[in-house]
Amino acid sequence: MDCLIGIVGKDFVLTAADTSAARSITVMKSTEDKSRDLNKHIVMLYSGEPGDTVHFAEYIQRNIRFYEIKNGIELTPKAAATFTRKELATSLRSRKPYSVNLLIAGYDITTLSSHLYWIDYLGSSVSVPFAAHGYGAYYTLSLLDRYHRSDISLDEAKILIKKCIDELKTRFIINLANFKIKVADKDGIREIEI
Amino acid sequence: MSIMEYNGGSVVAMVGKNCVAIASDKRLGVQLMTVSTEFPKIFPATDKSFIGLPGLATDIQTLSERFRFKINMYKLGEEREIEPRTLAHMVSSTLYERRFGPYFVEPIIAGLDKHNQPFICGMDLIGCINFAKDFVVGGTSGESLFGICESLWEPDLEPEDLFEVISQSMLNAVDRDCLSGWGAIVHVITPEKVITRTLKARMD
Repeated sequence: MDCLIGIVGKDFVLTAADTSAARSITVMKSTEDKSRDLNKHIVMLYSGEPGDTVHFAEYIQRNIRFYEIKNGIELTPKAAATFTRKELATSLRSRKPYSVNLLIAGYDITTLSSHLYWIDYLGSSVSVPFAAHGYGAYYTLSLLDRYHRSDISLDEAKILIKKCIDELKTRFIINLANFKIKVADKDGIREIEI
Repeated sequence: MSIMEYNGGSVVAMVGKNCVAIASDKRLGVQLMTVSTEFPKIFPATDKSFIGLPGLATDIQTLSERFRFKINMYKLGEEREIEPRTLAHMVSSTLYERRFGPYFVEPIIAGLDKHNQPFICGMDLIGCINFAKDFVVGGTSGESLFGICESLWEPDLEPEDLFEVISQSMLNAVDRDCLSGWGAIVHVITPEKVITRTLKARMD
């Protein structure tokens, strides 16, 4: 039932993840952060099987951190996505695969460009200008198709993500009370209010 | 719901006169929802051969990486480029290694050999090779592609005519398939060069 959204702009990536942790028909918590920062410029949003999600996200987070300490370099969003995809693809053919869907959003400081990777639990990874995971995708992708531009500014992107959230509030049967919005750009990752 | 049709996508290859062509669509979806319209399914193997991998997206990516590794190792070990026929058997045995837990792809190989003779072949998901003299098809619009290729293809097409035939076959086949389309890419391999063009298609 979780919903993740990502939008690539001119020099930033804007992401949104709902904050409700539900089990069966009960909302257990309404302030859950469904994201982990992989490094200064890359944020990873996750959804899927509770338990698998946080475990997998932190496993990826710490392995990327370890690699960066060992080699003294910061991973690019593409490198982080490729590593994560491989981990999921390997896990798919194991005895107990992770069922975790991801959006990896980041700013590449080497090429000064922003990137968003859509990765599903099977290990399919693709670079996209905008993406969504979960039931929310069925409602938001049409809006993103209509209003997204490659040179969209941060203010316009904020309005667009607001449109997406409002659409979910009106049409989606499940009440997704709050969303945590994050931006990744040249200055790093920060949380914003809309 | 078949796992082979989960992400959608199609590939076709054709033989011409001293040339071969390979084409694919560019869609990646999750059943009926389109996620990306820039998903490559054809990968260069050597200067004169390509591997097309329609099927499950995760296996397309895993296998394209494994094949790139194996082709590089072959080049280092043998100090020459791999022949398309050898490549086909390498792909086949890689798939048969996973006989009872297969990769869900239907590879299609197209290339010119060292005498610039055209070579194409198709394969099923466990590596059973289909050597063809005319054309091979794979993916969710396989049946539609068979029909249109059967009527448009003729022997000894020149590169530009072959491009036209493969492009029209691809576009007309994917327009009848919900799971393929959203743009296409065509490579025509001639002894001198590889001509790569992207096609505009219906975006619905």
